[in-house]
Amino acid sequence: MHEMAICLGIIQIIEEEARHRSFSRVRSVCLEMGALSHAAPEAIRFCFAVVATRTVAEGAVLNIVELPGFVWCMSCSKSVEIARRGECCPRCGSYQLQVTAGEQMRVKELEID
Amino acid sequence: MCTVCGCTDGTPSTERATHDAESHARYYADMQDDFARRYHPHGHQGLQRSYHARDSHNHDHRFAHHQAHGGQALLSGGAGPAGLKVAGMSRERVIQIERDILGKNNGIAADNRALFVADDLLVFNLLSSPGAGKTTLLVRAVSELKRSRPVGVIEGDQQTSNDAERIRAAGVPSVQVNTGKSCHLDAAMIGEAYRRLPLLTGGILFIENVGNLICPAAFDLGEACKIVVLSITEGEDKPLKYPDMFAASSLMVINKIDLAPLLEFDLGKTIEYARRVNPKIDVLVVSARTGEGFGALYAWIDRQARHQRHVVEDTRR
Ligand SMILES: [Zn+2]
Repeated sequence: MHEMAICLGIIQIIEEEARHRSFSRVRSVCLEMGALSHAAPEAIRFCFAVVATRTVAEGAVLNIVELPGFVWCMSCSKSVEIARRGECCPRCGSYQLQVTAGEQMRVKELEID
Repeated sequence: MCTVCGCTDGTPSTERATHDAESHARYYADMQDDFARRYHPHGHQGLQRSYHARDSHNHDHRFAHHQAHGGQALLSGGAGPAGLKVAGMSRERVIQIERDILGKNNGIAADNRALFVADDLLVFNLLSSPGAGKTTLLVRAVSELKRSRPVGVIEGDQQTSNDAERIRAAGVPSVQVNTGKSCHLDAAMIGEAYRRLPLLTGGILFIENVGNLICPAAFDLGEACKIVVLSITEGEDKPLKYPDMFAASSLMVINKIDLAPLLEFDLGKTIEYARRVNPKIDVLVVSARTGEGFGALYAWIDRQARHQRHVVEDTRR
């Protein structure tokens, strides 16, 4: 369950922002998670509420924007979308793919009081 | 602070096998209770759905999640429907953060990497599921590699220090990191453990990660490369089941090849599956029990060492 550690990272970021920008309550948190990142959004949702307890983000709503994964297909010489690692190019069936987008896990924005 | 739950008393310990497992169990139980009682951000009836299982929510998460729930999720505070900002009506402020969630770990990993290069040290992060034979492989490798250069090992394990003792018995310095409930090593743990090792200038440091093919993939430790160990008893489809790990690794070592006559194991298929997720992954076949294939493993390590030497020379130029 590294999602617990990832959520702890999210809370650390929020608390640092709370200190720098002097706010004491977060209403909602918007995350960006790529389809090819190392965490499952449903597990993040589950862990987040637990880890947020007794922090400025206690009770905050978590919005996760899931971003698509893109790879460069060396056979087609084109950028194509895949849903997860291990899938082939939807155009030509090749596995000679290089990930170009969709690995990110970011705290995008906070809605604060 | 504990990297799992944030409690202050359960610091992941270096060289201490008594990470307070009981207090963690209690902490987790409390968290579950708290969660069930107090949090139910989607406003559904009934607690059984709070996990937000994939099959009970098939709407498109690419769009603002709470909007799909009719805005019940947001605490109302003078705003219109949740998620809509109406000028002059909202007390809320939206601030842009744009920060990588693993940024802190990756920063420490970058520091570790710079330190390793400065100390002229080649670092490998070994990964596998439990029982793949990583420790046996390491014991054999360090016994032979130590003859030609300094070698050290950082052992990651949730509770015990048995593995570090096996490495020390082979005559190589080893530091045990007990991660407690945590399922992976992180860069900060490695930074601390490294300070406890003797200087290994010009040598090799092996990090044996916690036996787990999922979580350690997400955490850069500052290593030169990740090596995934797969035993032939695990079946051919492991690379497809755990693609992130195989995608992150530079080398797949297929272990226990001495058992091949006893098992139905398709080596070609395993390699093909691994290359579906990582077309560039190197593959070696070994037996940690008999020593078969270790010559090729040492040759691979020497190639990485030559590559590392270029990196060291570039940074000193
Ligand atoms: Zn293609």
